[in-house]
Amino acid sequence: MPCDLAPASLPPPMRFYEYESRRIVERAGIPVTDYGFAETADEARAAAGRIGGPTVIKSQVLTGGRMKAGGVKFADTPDEAAQHAEEILKLEIGGHMPAGVLVDPKAEVEQEYYAAVLWDGRAKRPMMLFSDMGGIDIEEVAEQHPDHVGRGHLSNLQPIPDFRAKEVVAAAGGLTGRELTRATPILARLAQLQRDYDMTLAEINPVARLADGSFVALDAHMEMEDEAVGRHKNMLSEIGVELEEPRETYEPSEFERNVKAIDEADHRGVIQGKDHGFDGDLGLVIGAGGGSLTLTDAIRSQGGRPANYAEIGGNPSVAKSKGLAMEVLKKDGVEKIAVMMSIVSNTRVDIVARGVIAACLELGKDPAETIAVFRIPGAWEEEGAKILGKYGIEFRDRGTSMWEAAGEAVEKVQGGG
Amino acid sequence: MSSAAGTFIEVVVEDSVAGDAELARKLEEVCPVDIFEATDSGVEVVAGNVDECVLCELCLDAAPDGAVVIKKLYDGTELRR
Amino acid sequence: MSILLSEDSTFIVQGITGREAVNLTRECLDYGSRIVGGVTPGRRGREVHGVPVFDTVQQAVEHHGGPIDGSVITVPPAFTKDAIFEAIENGIELIVVVTERIPRRDVAEAVELAGERGARIIGPNCLGLIVPGVCKMGGIGGPAKDAAKAYNPGKIGVMSRSGGMTTEISSTLTAAGLGVSTAVSIGGDAIIGSTYAELMPMFEQDPETEAIVIYTEPGGRMEAELVDWQRETKSKLPIVAFMAGKFMDDEEMQGMSFGHAGTIVEGEEDSATQKIARLQEAGIPVVERIDEIPERVKEQLG
Repeated sequence: MPCDLAPASLPPPMRFYEYESRRIVERAGIPVTDYGFAETADEARAAAGRIGGPTVIKSQVLTGGRMKAGGVKFADTPDEAAQHAEEILKLEIGGHMPAGVLVDPKAEVEQEYYAAVLWDGRAKRPMMLFSDMGGIDIEEVAEQHPDHVGRGHLSNLQPIPDFRAKEVVAAAGGLTGRELTRATPILARLAQLQRDYDMTLAEINPVARLADGSFVALDAHMEMEDEAVGRHKNMLSEIGVELEEPRETYEPSEFERNVKAIDEADHRGVIQGKDHGFDGDLGLVIGAGGGSLTLTDAIRSQGGRPANYAEIGGNPSVAKSKGLAMEVLKKDGVEKIAVMMSIVSNTRVDIVARGVIAACLELGKDPAETIAVFRIPGAWEEEGAKILGKYGIEFRDRGTSMWEAAGEAVEKVQGGG
Repeated sequence: MSSAAGTFIEVVVEDSVAGDAELARKLEEVCPVDIFEATDSGVEVVAGNVDECVLCELCLDAAPDGAVVIKKLYDGTELRR
Repeated sequence: MSILLSEDSTFIVQGITGREAVNLTRECLDYGSRIVGGVTPGRRGREVHGVPVFDTVQQAVEHHGGPIDGSVITVPPAFTKDAIFEAIENGIELIVVVTERIPRRDVAEAVELAGERGARIIGPNCLGLIVPGVCKMGGIGGPAKDAAKAYNPGKIGVMSRSGGMTTEISSTLTAAGLGVSTAVSIGGDAIIGSTYAELMPMFEQDPETEAIVIYTEPGGRMEAELVDWQRETKSKLPIVAFMAGKFMDDEEMQGMSFGHAGTIVEGEEDSATQKIARLQEAGIPVVERIDEIPERVKEQLG
């Protein structure tokens, strides 16, 4: 699976099923096989019948390893295609049920190539890649046969010139002749597609030269930047993508769904909560982005076991802070929460203090017992300290470092006191 | 008198102005967290929102002196003009 | 002294009538910044905290009667690229982009244009920059009185991918008596206008700056770029780094995969642990705790 180079705290890109990627490259004028997408065995039979000859039936899941899992099968007749489709459609792969099957002609491939366009964050420009050694792991090719990988940057402001694509193809193992002239427009169109649709990755592996000399994109892989999805609604609906349908890498937990719902119900401030990979006993009500990363490390480095990850920012309402704190406190095994942030200048200390205390009260818990530590220096801290004081919670300001606050929280949870 | 108390904040509108439709509209407009609602009978303090008070004092500026009081239940002090 | 800003620096705020912009305008004015105008299309003739509002950057420049040094841009993501272009094409040379969630392509286009016109972009998705005791450009440090608490003038340059942590680190340096020469919230996105390595030459030139503190996170290759810059220039300016997000190295935390095609474009994607190793190998100490920073900086200063 390829890559997104975005910083860790940003949302992952939107992923596409293989059949959707196929439609995207087809729309961009890149030749593809006479494929079919089927959601039932009957549809698969019809597609295989239309294609004629042997076909390959591929499970459509947003995860790798489908070959090993039995999600790819070959068929000689339409009936056999239907039979395979029937089995594959019922087969769960890596926790995902397939959205359907792709029915592809079993191509007589003479040569495989690799083509991709993706961001080079360091150069701040897209980079084109092409190799005459396609179908395999491009990383390996680059390492062992660097002269077989052509690369070239593109300007963000100029139109995409064919000659740049040609230079990249020509640099891949010295390609020339029909190979060069056929591959060049494919790479140039891929570059245009990457720009037009804000793809963080536009990859075709392999581009195949078939026995009849034609070039087709056999397997395409597209990832669209999350921030840009909104401006491509028309294209997405044309290729049949339902924007409401979740495409998470894993099934969100109840905690994650609830926090998301609380966040979406109220526009004031932002809260995020994750518990994928966390199973500890210390509930975290922490912020903002960098502060959350720093505090989570500080807790774990001092032997603490967080029950969740959270990010609070943008000055959320009392109700929103309360909602997050309640969801954290409702998690199994969580008796105490640590409420901590780096120095805040927009989010208000007093508002967060009200929210977390209200959460404790509503759940019938004593705030002084439940809030292991409250360390949020900054905006309205004097007022926050007064609120905390009334409920017997000690206010930690910037005189207590983030590390020290985290350590105190760990100690309180583990000491049971 | 229209008033409502949450856990942290109590908002009181004095009787003398509670029926003032003009003031009700003004309070509804200035409050960033929707604590005041203009109704047929004047101002109503929305109980569900009082704890959201951000202590901006815009309501105090909009009302005649002494007509609106914000009480901080956590330290016993109050904001008034 | 300082980098990028001085007491004479003038700037405008594009999107000045928005809620966040009104706040940051107030904060910057209170801190002593010279905001000479604001731009919101259709709102010409209004004022925000005494700052005149115009429909276009061109009008703001005309009204000012000469070149304006900078612009803080806080407009919705869909309009941000155009706002940056407008600033650049009107001769503005320092552009702080506060807006979050701007598609990468828009940022890359703006950065390329800025490069062609000799302008510099800070951000996007940042809080701006501050020269303690002189001026601030953006929401960095918050209201003037809070900013004063966290930022004392001094000799350490700060660059941070997290806006909030810029202030946390600076506050620690202030409390330790070291103070801050200039602090820059560089933004947390995959493509940003100015990376550590791109700002280093300015800090290097600044006689006031004696050491640098950087805050960084997993993702991207900005640390590798910084290490390369240091090696190439043989810079002697000491750097101390803090790396957040080490927990993301744990297998069970990984919601995203790295590698493959991206790897061969930009080199291997560093995990937090690899980044720390890379920095330390280059002689840049990486502290485990924010509160260790002042001491480590003092050691570096000798």
